[in-house]
Amino acid sequence: MAQAQAATAGQTGIHEEYNYHVIRQFSVMTLVWGIVGMFMGVFIALELAYPELMYALTGSSEYLNFSRLRPVHTSGVIFAFGGSALFATSYYVVQRTCQARLFSDGLATFTFWGWQAIIVLAVISYLLGYTQSREYAEMPWPVDILIALVWVAYLVVFLGTIMKRKQPHIYVANWFYLSFILATALLHIFNNLQVPIAWNSMWSYSVFSGVQDAMTQWWYGHNAVGFYLTAAFLGMMYYFVPKQAGRPVYSYRLSIIHFWALIFLYMWAGPHHLHWTSLPDWVSTLGATFSIMLLMPSWGGMINGIMTLSGAWEKLRTDPLIKFMVVALSFYGMSTFEGPMMALQNVNALSHYTDWTVGHVHSGALGWVGMITFGSLYHMVPRLWNTELYSNRMANVHFWLATLGVLFYIVAMWISGILQGLMWRAFDEYGNLVYTFAESVEAMHPFYAMRAFGGILYLAGMILLTYNCYKTIAQAKAAQPAAARA
Amino acid sequence: MRHENVEKNIGLMTVLVMIVISIGGLVEIVPLFYIDDTLEKVKSVRPFTPLEQRGRDIYVKEACYTCHSQQVRPFRDEQIRYGHYSLAAESKYSHPFQWGSKRTGPDLARLGGKYSNAWHVQHLIAPRSVVPESVMPNYPHLMETKLETSQLEDRLRTLKTVGVPYTVEKGEQYQQNVEQWGKDVAEQLHIPNAQEALRAEAEAGNYDGEPNKLTEMDALVAYLQVLGTMVDFSEYSEPEQGRARGF
Repeated sequence: MAQAQAATAGQTGIHEEYNYHVIRQFSVMTLVWGIVGMFMGVFIALELAYPELMYALTGSSEYLNFSRLRPVHTSGVIFAFGGSALFATSYYVVQRTCQARLFSDGLATFTFWGWQAIIVLAVISYLLGYTQSREYAEMPWPVDILIALVWVAYLVVFLGTIMKRKQPHIYVANWFYLSFILATALLHIFNNLQVPIAWNSMWSYSVFSGVQDAMTQWWYGHNAVGFYLTAAFLGMMYYFVPKQAGRPVYSYRLSIIHFWALIFLYMWAGPHHLHWTSLPDWVSTLGATFSIMLLMPSWGGMINGIMTLSGAWEKLRTDPLIKFMVVALSFYGMSTFEGPMMALQNVNALSHYTDWTVGHVHSGALGWVGMITFGSLYHMVPRLWNTELYSNRMANVHFWLATLGVLFYIVAMWISGILQGLMWRAFDEYGNLVYTFAESVEAMHPFYAMRAFGGILYLAGMILLTYNCYKTIAQAKAAQPAAARA
Repeated sequence: MRHENVEKNIGLMTVLVMIVISIGGLVEIVPLFYIDDTLEKVKSVRPFTPLEQRGRDIYVKEACYTCHSQQVRPFRDEQIRYGHYSLAAESKYSHPFQWGSKRTGPDLARLGGKYSNAWHVQHLIAPRSVVPESVMPNYPHLMETKLETSQLEDRLRTLKTVGVPYTVEKGEQYQQNVEQWGKDVAEQLHIPNAQEALRAEAEAGNYDGEPNKLTEMDALVAYLQVLGTMVDFSEYSEPEQGRARGF
């Protein structure tokens, strides 16, 4: 408590200088949406594992079917949880590294309420069956317009703050956040070129069709992963890892090279989502080639992160935050090796359309995005409220729940994915297919159950994080009047 | 140029980032609109009839793409399991595309004509009653929900705007449709006839087994029954197909 009060005294200046209010709002919503989005994931995982039971439970309600809920889960974790975490951390990082208050409190507040409205509207739309059917861009056109408005405000706040900076150099974390904001704008606009059927209808049709539509969507889809879920979270990594380790970034030169290489190469990798389809082979080959090259800048980021932590290895025993960060970087390295491998046309022939892809996405999402976010939140939340983390032990338990959860999840999906791929292409000695499709579905059952179990562990960790943050904030609020009296 | 100059100038950095991230998409997407070989020359692929298009809307609305692909790859096992590999031309009137990315259930690109209407209806209402291993949700509401057709013309006009050859007057495009697909099809693609054409097709097909009720089930089954049936592959010799794929 004494420590917390001392911190209060020292940081009062910072709290007046910077706009922490909007960061606190986004941080709280990160926790709320994390629970909601991950719960939806567990729910639909159970629908696949125990369909008869689950659909009896929901009364086969059209609103609670797997197909309508799946976008609720993906948007919930990517845009609601991940998005709120990115707004929170980018506003925190840009202010602290530029030593300047956010440009325009009003616009920052607009981004908060606008973003929350987008999420709520998107969820309602999906449940009612309004969708563009573009993966990770299912929102109907009115929501797309709102996203564009909020995104422009975000760009203005971010750039405006950088222009007010007191340091001549723009810190590396901000390069990554900047590229994420710009790329997301570009992707969002071109992937959502739609003509509404009427001004008063939520329905619209894509201006592109067939092969061009598919390529545009997967250019978007892959770079939503590349910029939204990778570059932006690397920005997070470049601030919070050196801060928590108390060491400077390992290599400045490496960060320059891997930044430019990463943002250039990612934009070419989309076609690997369309190998062996009616997309022309030249595009497919380009996509595979650039995906393999992408390994280099990806590992550049991982190496820079891990090497920043080296020399602080002894903290691995005592500091759960460092553990989250090391494991996040390890999963980042693993996923960015697995990705290029799956982008090879002959591997893709087996892996595509199977659960292997789902496992790959989740080793990135749960392992990298989730873990680096948890580490950053544990670092940031106590500082935002001028206090200490309520319980380090609880954070430790969260770490193990999350790590075990990811492992159960991806091991289940590796086995089921490869098994599916092999069953589909199995021939007997007479040249007939050995298995019907339904037999391959039946074979998935134990792994779907195991995946749901992994998800439950991960969700339990998320709930623990939320409770820990709740107690942290409560203790800060309890200490405040005392500090004021002193 | 020293990198320091970029790091100290946010305007320069913004411009450079924009240039660097624009190149990949420009090179990979833009030529797809101009290179002639991208779509195979197959004449028989036609726009969806009003009923089929409404069925396609239901397919999108229920997000069937989350578990079903519509894209047969050129592999021996897929040829046996599903049929001829998909052509780009087969989805040239598909706004938006429905190729999918996951096969929790089987591919549907060549589904048309493989099962009876009655099978589809039963399977959509209660999948496990016909395929015990299935993990598909039940869609009984399709049978109860009246098919919304009040904005049918708006829908078709919008599709016309984005390039599907529906017609509003019997001019050049109409004549072309007649030549390419015959008078009956051209009439169905004529927007002023849309309401009538939709009802006539639903009645004639009796997709959901209840002739006097026009439901979402009617439209969806009509769509499922046309999937992958527009190209008669017996008209094309194998080497030509190979060339189309660039093998």
